Amino acid sequence: MLAACGVSSLEDLFAHLPEEVRLKRPLAIENGKSEYEIVDTFRALGARNAEGYACFLGAGSYFHYRPVLVDAVVSRSEFLTSYTPYQAEISQGTLTSIFEFQTMMCQLTGMDVANASMYDGSTAMAEAALMAVRINGRRKLLVARTVHPEYRQVLATYARNQDLTVEEFEYDRETGGADLADLAAKLSPEVAAVILQSPNFFGIVEDVRAAAEAAHGAGALLVDVFTEAVALGLLSPPAEADIVAGELQSFALPPSYGGPYAGVIATKDRFVRQIPGRLVGETVDTNGNRAFCLTLATREQHIRREKATSNICTNQALIALMATVFMTVYGKQGLRELAEQNLAKAHYLASKVLLRFSGPFFNEFVAAAEGIDAANEALLEKRIIGGLTIECWYRELPNATLLAATEMSRRADMDAVAQALAQARELSKVGAR
Amino acid sequence: MIRKARTHVSQNEPLLFEISSPGKAGYQLPELDVPAVDTEAALGGANVRSEIVGFPEVSEVEAIRHFTRLSTWNYAIDLGMYPLGSCTMKYNPRVNEQVARIDGLAWLHPYQPQHLAQGALEVMARLEAALAEITGMDAMTLQPAAGAHGEMTGILLVRALLESRGAARKKILIPDSAHGTNPATAAIAGYQVVNIRSNAQGMIDVENLAATVDEDVAALMITNPNTLGVFERNVRRIAEILHAKGALLYMDGANMNALAGIMRPGDNGVDVMHLNLHKTFSTPHGGGGPGSGPVAVKAEIEPFLPAPRLVRMDGLWRLDNNRPRSIGRVRAFYGNFGVMVRALAYIMAHGGEGLRRATTDAVLNATYIRKGIEDHYDLPHDAPSMHECVFSDSRQAARGVRTGDIAKRLIDYGFHPYTVSFPLIVHGALMIEPTETESKRELDLFIEAMISIAKEVEENPDLVLKAPHNTRTSRVDEVAAARKPVLRWKP
Repeated sequence: MLAACGVSSLEDLFAHLPEEVRLKRPLAIENGKSEYEIVDTFRALGARNAEGYACFLGAGSYFHYRPVLVDAVVSRSEFLTSYTPYQAEISQGTLTSIFEFQTMMCQLTGMDVANASMYDGSTAMAEAALMAVRINGRRKLLVARTVHPEYRQVLATYARNQDLTVEEFEYDRETGGADLADLAAKLSPEVAAVILQSPNFFGIVEDVRAAAEAAHGAGALLVDVFTEAVALGLLSPPAEADIVAGELQSFALPPSYGGPYAGVIATKDRFVRQIPGRLVGETVDTNGNRAFCLTLATREQHIRREKATSNICTNQALIALMATVFMTVYGKQGLRELAEQNLAKAHYLASKVLLRFSGPFFNEFVAAAEGIDAANEALLEKRIIGGLTIECWYRELPNATLLAATEMSRRADMDAVAQALAQARELSKVGAR
Repeated sequence: MIRKARTHVSQNEPLLFEISSPGKAGYQLPELDVPAVDTEAALGGANVRSEIVGFPEVSEVEAIRHFTRLSTWNYAIDLGMYPLGSCTMKYNPRVNEQVARIDGLAWLHPYQPQHLAQGALEVMARLEAALAEITGMDAMTLQPAAGAHGEMTGILLVRALLESRGAARKKILIPDSAHGTNPATAAIAGYQVVNIRSNAQGMIDVENLAATVDEDVAALMITNPNTLGVFERNVRRIAEILHAKGALLYMDGANMNALAGIMRPGDNGVDVMHLNLHKTFSTPHGGGGPGSGPVAVKAEIEPFLPAPRLVRMDGLWRLDNNRPRSIGRVRAFYGNFGVMVRALAYIMAHGGEGLRRATTDAVLNATYIRKGIEDHYDLPHDAPSMHECVFSDSRQAARGVRTGDIAKRLIDYGFHPYTVSFPLIVHGALMIEPTETESKRELDLFIEAMISIAKEVEENPDLVLKAPHNTRTSRVDEVAAARKPVLRWKP
């Protein structure tokens, strides 16, 4: 090969690189390891991560069982090791599955059109906000404080650099739902979109319809956000929203320390030209057979360059496929039953603790928790990871813990959580005396 | 003659919604160990949905057959060479998939106590260290979810540093050979895009650059090697020109697989760069993601990196959120951790010497293809190739055959096409990147196919114009798809 290339050594291939730019030593990275050593190393690293603990954390990442079919499908080379399906004739597998994904997202959300996926829920929300700004030309975003705090931080990063204003509206201290009076007071003709999450960060199911009416009354759009996709199996679809942005981790993604996950944006037909990310459409081939291809690419960066709707290029196709397989395995009946189990588990745990809010909740809720650190410490002794302390984001909520229960939560572990919270509460009362 | 492939029967398969029958299901949930809840009482009647109209109802066997049949309609790296220029379609080692699924790494909640996540934080720390060594940069964020997301993060870092020096400035310079994401990124970061022209060798014109850079320029986004596969040999001079005017040099690291172990951007004036773990570091493309786009910076920019930052405190790894000068968050949690695990496994398997060898093999393979077909296709730039080579269709266009047609004919020969019509500065571009993955046997088959197609263009252009002939789906009407978009199934 060297001779065919007209060189006498591999080094000659780099002879055109100026001497001064070249690295003149070996990379300081250990010699290559065998497959066995690699597996062994990562097993040892995994063992330092609370392997095998029960976990009651949610807050945008949930423990749901992954049907084995998911990995059986996504491990197929044809899905795993293919590129973005630009060459439609040899990418019909990926394209067809994305079309099915888009369809199922519409069926679940009550929207007309959904994209092929976004990086995750947080960036989907930020892109949905930018989309709203493109649609109505207004420059302000009104965001519920009950939207996931990290999602709001991502939005702040995106908004700051486009000179958009972000204002937050309060939540009702009793119900834990968005404070619609505060929303009404803050709505103005500058507001491009109202952004609401349901179930919200506290697990409370929001009144999407009322928020949409308020937003529309001021000429603004409503962006509905979800972080717990399983809720869509039971809750009314947010059909009154103009844009739905969500996180699909619950559909077959292990929590994986925060990623990879997949986001999605769904919207009404009339806004389709402003949706970011890839879209698959149905068409025919020259023989008249049904075929699918990427479409409306004139919105995208590789055609539009600086005038594109977004710079997103790679998205999360394989993750969207996992979600598609998950939705297929559970299906119409199973997704509802799964959601009902989540509801039942969470309400069982909730019945044994002191709820902080009175609003309706799905599989996550805030419990009053005096002495929460002691409770969580005691639980770790039993190999249980308790709830999330949220005071760092909500100073008005000290001594509170955000707990999630799913179909994977065992009754005995939930009893242990309730007991630890009760004991810590007693202890802190004694301490206070 | 077509040697690599021949046709075989492929199964038809309707959409899921078309094979559903009421009541069919492929799941089995455990019996509830807690009391069932009245959904309407718990949630309020108005909050409970009616059935999900049209949602799939299939058995487990129907589900797996459905997706397996679909899968057979795809081409994949595991079936053969996938020479998409700029996309770096290299083999995705299966051990990486295995380790990413280890329970202690996959079933790990992002908010679990950090002292019970030390293994995961160690993965991130080791990856940061390895990437810093490979790039010659000082600090790193692993938070961006993909290359374009990394670009955005990088340009926000440029803006933050310049603001700290007094003004964010207005313009980002982008060569006309750049990836389409670069201008889109600059725009999303609030900058005005100024395109700069390449010279006859396909490189940045240094004199022209010197005349263009002024105090309004925030940065130049360079891709090196550029999208012609040509090494920007004046990179140091380019950095000097920018730095002299207080501007920064951003490098799109999409082509880092041509440099690892050979040249470090950080040693050569680059201030900020992103990497694509799904390109250089072998994590699977998965039909379009997930990726991961770490951003590496020089020390001066470190204070602005997204929060949280990975730090070592009291013998433990910690995530530090107290970062007052940070550009903020670009994604919830810490990035695509599962992709980081795979990339670290790739780096471990190769070691320093192996990474360098992957680079030299990638350049050898690209050079071999270039030599193999340069008598048959027009080579508009004659600078030496690094990891990819770019031809133009000008000879074939004289017979009415364009790059897109040649690409479709390659499919009949059992190959995925090269990248079509990019970079834009080459009219009718054929952008070919074999990666280090390919053996001489596969490269020879590819060269043979390209030469054979060139002959077909001369002798029977219609054969190429109507390609592909051997696929289950013939040429797809993309125009019709865009004219009247059908983006979801309806009964």
